[in-house]
Amino acid sequence: MNPIFKNHEKDFMRIEADQVCVDYNGTVALYDASLNLKAGSICGLVGMNGAGKSTFFKALMGFVRPSRGKIKINGIKVNQAQKEQSVAYVPQNEGIDYSFPVSVWDVVMMGRYGAMNIFRIPRESDRRAVVHALERVDLLDLRERPIGSLSGGQRKRAFLARAIAQRASVLLLDEPFSGVDVPTEKLMAELFLQFRQEGHTILISTHDLNHVRDFCDFVVLINKTVLAYGETSEVFTSENLNKTFGGIPPNPLSGPTSSKDFVNE
Amino acid sequence: MSEFLISITPLDWLLDPLTHDFMRRALMVSALVGGVCGLLSCYMTLKGWALMGDAVSHAVMPGVVVAYALGLPFSLGAFVFGVGSVALIGFVKQKSRIKEDTVIGLVFTGFFALGLVLVSKIKSNIDLMQILFGSPLGISRSDVNQTLIISFIVISILLIFRKDLMLYCFDAKHARSIGINTGILHYLLLTLLSLSAVVGLQTVGIILVVAMLITPGATAYLLTDRFDQMTLLAVISSAFSSILGVYISYWSDIETGGSIVLVQTLIFLIAFLFAPRYGIFKNQSLINND
Repeated sequence: MNPIFKNHEKDFMRIEADQVCVDYNGTVALYDASLNLKAGSICGLVGMNGAGKSTFFKALMGFVRPSRGKIKINGIKVNQAQKEQSVAYVPQNEGIDYSFPVSVWDVVMMGRYGAMNIFRIPRESDRRAVVHALERVDLLDLRERPIGSLSGGQRKRAFLARAIAQRASVLLLDEPFSGVDVPTEKLMAELFLQFRQEGHTILISTHDLNHVRDFCDFVVLINKTVLAYGETSEVFTSENLNKTFGGIPPNPLSGPTSSKDFVNE
Repeated sequence: MSEFLISITPLDWLLDPLTHDFMRRALMVSALVGGVCGLLSCYMTLKGWALMGDAVSHAVMPGVVVAYALGLPFSLGAFVFGVGSVALIGFVKQKSRIKEDTVIGLVFTGFFALGLVLVSKIKSNIDLMQILFGSPLGISRSDVNQTLIISFIVISILLIFRKDLMLYCFDAKHARSIGINTGILHYLLLTLLSLSAVVGLQTVGIILVVAMLITPGATAYLLTDRFDQMTLLAVISSAFSSILGVYISYWSDIETGGSIVLVQTLIFLIAFLFAPRYGIFKNQSLINND
């Protein structure tokens, strides 16, 4: 049942960002950000609020157009990769209307829309993908429940299931561990390791340095540009972290804050 | 009259109006318009566009007046000004530091005032009351045709893009991330809003058309946690309100638009109080069993 991707060989580059610059009406949000991530890797994206993390995410998702530089996903342009359902985005819990009249099943089925025809009528294969995704996040029993009746951790799992159902090779997760319970955190950590095994590439934006240490192969430290990038053991030095957080040591106890600058539509 | 009311049977109450050509037309058009606006109202309430609905419905006023004066189909003028107001709202919001709700209020009152001034200045047989309050009982054959065509267009588009528009209202970012053009969906929804306002103002008039565009959706939203059920409930309650409103208006000789909207509001009130899960007097056993 594991998705089989094109170009799943180990050294294939899933994400290639080359000297990406993004500015909003003349204000530079990100400059010269470069990043290469190969298939089957987990990368943590670490930086303060306003350091350009969400801007980098938005650029990788094609939500903002870089003023300079190039981004490729699986070797093709971002918009093209989106049409091929190669990129899945797992949002933070904020910004979603949880009183919306949809069930868990409906939400996960949204991951299949891109693969359906214009009427978005699910085929048998779509239903199988949804069941499979729900099984992996252990939500199959709750599939008929309204999304709003789930706990914070269950909601997070539902949106993760949507990304799984999409069968994208690249997963972008915005603060996946914020506000989740311990069982969900364990389940997600296990899933991420399985995804890596299957050849996915995962980019996790996070404030929590412990999670980065625990299972990110690579780490990108960001403050308006990529300060350091490489294998976690090499990049995670106190000197680099000082640069990233502007001399203020990050407090591991403080909870992550939301990235409010993300597009509201 | 009151003696006559007492003596009629319920069957007479239902059938007697149908002997009149104008009443058959009024019932048919009102039910259709109710259904169309009811369907769209789900998206308006879920997207949080109630104020936008108010704005567009008022902003079509000068379009109606100009179209009448030039002898064009009134729906054409209304549509042009409806879309124009939306574009202007977007433009002013983008080019100034003023907040969106202020811009919306500013633009639509400006358009509406222009309409009022035009009515008083253009000497023609435009009936201001008819534009403001609608007159389904006096609807002409050509107006019926316009309503049929526009309703068909709106319903078709809403059915085809049902899922995409639902996704756009729920999670626009996800829609974009799977390659759906959300810009097109945004303007599609605004266009449908303009078209629905155009048909809605025929039955209840410019002032009350916003009720048609939000009340059925709000009522249905209190009754269900399923999107498909919500659209169905909204369409049924809206069409039912229109038909009952026209009947009450006929028998009691009261203003039709007001009658329709009052029925809608009453149905909302019942849902607000007694909706099984989300009403004030909700069924506790239902909640606990969840």
